[in-house]
Amino acid sequence: MGVNVWLFKLSLLLYALATLLYLVRVVVNKPDGDRWARWAFLLAFVSHTVTLVSRFYEAGYTPVTNLHESLSFFAWCIAGTFLFFDRRLRMAVLATATSTIVLVLMLFGSLMPMGVQALNPALNSLWLPLHIFMAFAGNAVFTVAFVAAVFYLLQERMLKSKKFSALYYRLPSLDTLDMINYRCLTLGFPLMTMGIISGAVWAESAWGTYWSWDPKETWALITWFVYAALLHGRLSTGWRGRRAAILAIIGFAFLLFTFLGVNLLLPGLHSYSSMGG
Amino acid sequence: MEILVVGLSHKTAPVAVREKVAFAPEQMQQPLEQMYALSQVSEAIIVSTCNRVELYAASNCASAALEQMKQFLADYHQLPAEQLDNHLYTKQGEEAIRHVFEVASSLDSMVIGEPQILGQIKTAYSYAAEYKTAGLILNRFLHKAFSVAKRVRTETNIAGNAVSVSFAAVELARKIFGNIEGKTVMLIGAGEMCELAAKHFINNGVTRVLVTNRTFSRAEKLAQEFSGQPILFENFKDQLHQADIVLSSTGATSFIINPEQVNSALRLRKNRPMFFIDIAVPRDIDPRVNDINNVYLYDVDDLQGVVNANLKERHKEAELAQLIIEQEIGQFQTWMAGLDVVPTIVAMRKHMEELRAAEVEKTFSSLKHLSDSDRKAINAMSSALINKILHPPTKALKQAQQDDCAQPYVDALQVLFDLELGAPEGKLKDVESV
Repeated sequence: MGVNVWLFKLSLLLYALATLLYLVRVVVNKPDGDRWARWAFLLAFVSHTVTLVSRFYEAGYTPVTNLHESLSFFAWCIAGTFLFFDRRLRMAVLATATSTIVLVLMLFGSLMPMGVQALNPALNSLWLPLHIFMAFAGNAVFTVAFVAAVFYLLQERMLKSKKFSALYYRLPSLDTLDMINYRCLTLGFPLMTMGIISGAVWAESAWGTYWSWDPKETWALITWFVYAALLHGRLSTGWRGRRAAILAIIGFAFLLFTFLGVNLLLPGLHSYSSMGG
Repeated sequence: MEILVVGLSHKTAPVAVREKVAFAPEQMQQPLEQMYALSQVSEAIIVSTCNRVELYAASNCASAALEQMKQFLADYHQLPAEQLDNHLYTKQGEEAIRHVFEVASSLDSMVIGEPQILGQIKTAYSYAAEYKTAGLILNRFLHKAFSVAKRVRTETNIAGNAVSVSFAAVELARKIFGNIEGKTVMLIGAGEMCELAAKHFINNGVTRVLVTNRTFSRAEKLAQEFSGQPILFENFKDQLHQADIVLSSTGATSFIINPEQVNSALRLRKNRPMFFIDIAVPRDIDPRVNDINNVYLYDVDDLQGVVNANLKERHKEAELAQLIIEQEIGQFQTWMAGLDVVPTIVAMRKHMEELRAAEVEKTFSSLKHLSDSDRKAINAMSSALINKILHPPTKALKQAQQDDCAQPYVDALQVLFDLELGAPEGKLKDVESV
């Protein structure tokens, strides 16, 4: 087993620790009681970063070519995006949810074959890191938007019905959650767009055609349209709040299907990262 | 030495009783000195607020002291003691310590978590310190209570959520808008509650106030008070879109704001959220307004509901606070127990040393032929004997103190060796601190 596999397991443990600490923080709801959780999460992220770098050196290519690597990299993108927002916002409930998602992705990643394989020649291109990074970073940003949207809807329901659960007292304001939705959209949409464009350019150089309507491409385009509609609605007609949250959730459902469902269910050109590796 | 509490509070006595036994804050010297003068009371503090009157004491003879304190409370206010009996509670030892910690942490308050009580106890303590009725034990005890209260405040969310209707409105606005700084409030009509809520909003950062009233001069007057802007009542619906928060309390008999108006205001403000607070009865705002996206409508009952929910949340936090208090009680009791062990050890040693010196002197007077070095040896031998004898009980006492069970040993030693501790009545009044 390579060093990176041990590092991966260490990161997994640290994420688990961070998630646990965040959970305790949310249950106990001490003012400013999440310092340890935040440090654990940051430590996990650093260790995860080292994991990816060491895997890069061990494999000799950007490690995003099988399901284990993809899940690990995706988890890393989400953790990074979350840390970006957490710098200022400091929200334990969001942190707990995000940390849990990262942990689940890492757990799935640990169940996949973790060995380094020879690179599929079709993927041996400089476009690989570029395309994948754009697409994954975009997906990660939209994942955070999804988490914020779910909490927005929950809290909006409580404010409208005037029935407050324990969660109410632990959530940030609607405005903050809506702002995360907006920020994620303006950050995630360009990333996703560039992900698709870079993919098309790469396809042209590898397969000789920009667009071949393979399932991944088709679903990515559909997802792109959902987010495009949301962005348009926000900017031009002042969609916000509930409607924006619902669309962020719908968009995420499409995104999830594009990212995982297509690989697992539909055969196509993109099936490098199916279960078989 | 034990901590004692005699008192009554909003939980045990109606205001008609509480007001009879209250102490005037500017005249604490006399009652404090009278209580201090009670034969079984070693140290005294009197806490008197509108919700409670409590006497704290340190004493060597709990039951007698409690009786004296009860009698004192009745006598001082010239009431028959029986009249208070049904309302008074008496606590001693651990129970008393727990009670005072809870009171200081605002767990025993009418509104749990309210911040005034700590200040009131601090004031009560400062009187006792000023008139020198608090000594070693109550000094330490009250400072402990203050630090417990501080821990509870910082480590739990006990004071976290609003428990008054007008402040609940501000908190809801924060939940919706995040930051209410720079937001605009529109006041429709006037009324005490409405003005109070408006003041809360302004204190919390709202910068712009629009005021409208059927009587324009009234609107102008209020607008001036809040440095806001008066609006003709006929026109307020056209200005509705400028308001983030609308406070309404008119005397109108039917709804003055309907969903259509809110919808068109919302369109003008590009769906930025609006928060309507309807304090009027009968209501001013059509409840269907609450069904519109990005619009939140709360009437008086809704706000009261929020307050009740917040109170429930505080009760949950109070359970956490209880854990902190239990920890601190343990610590304080260890300290208290230590007080009794050390004088006992000292007394025991002194007692033995006196016996030894007397016996050695007697021996020397009958054995005149002894040389100086022989005398020295006998002195050393007898001292070593005492040390050997005292070593195990001293060690056992200290251990018992750590295990929180020194009291029976101390009592037994005092009886068995007929020990007399430093001050006969156990008054440690002159020792200000440890």
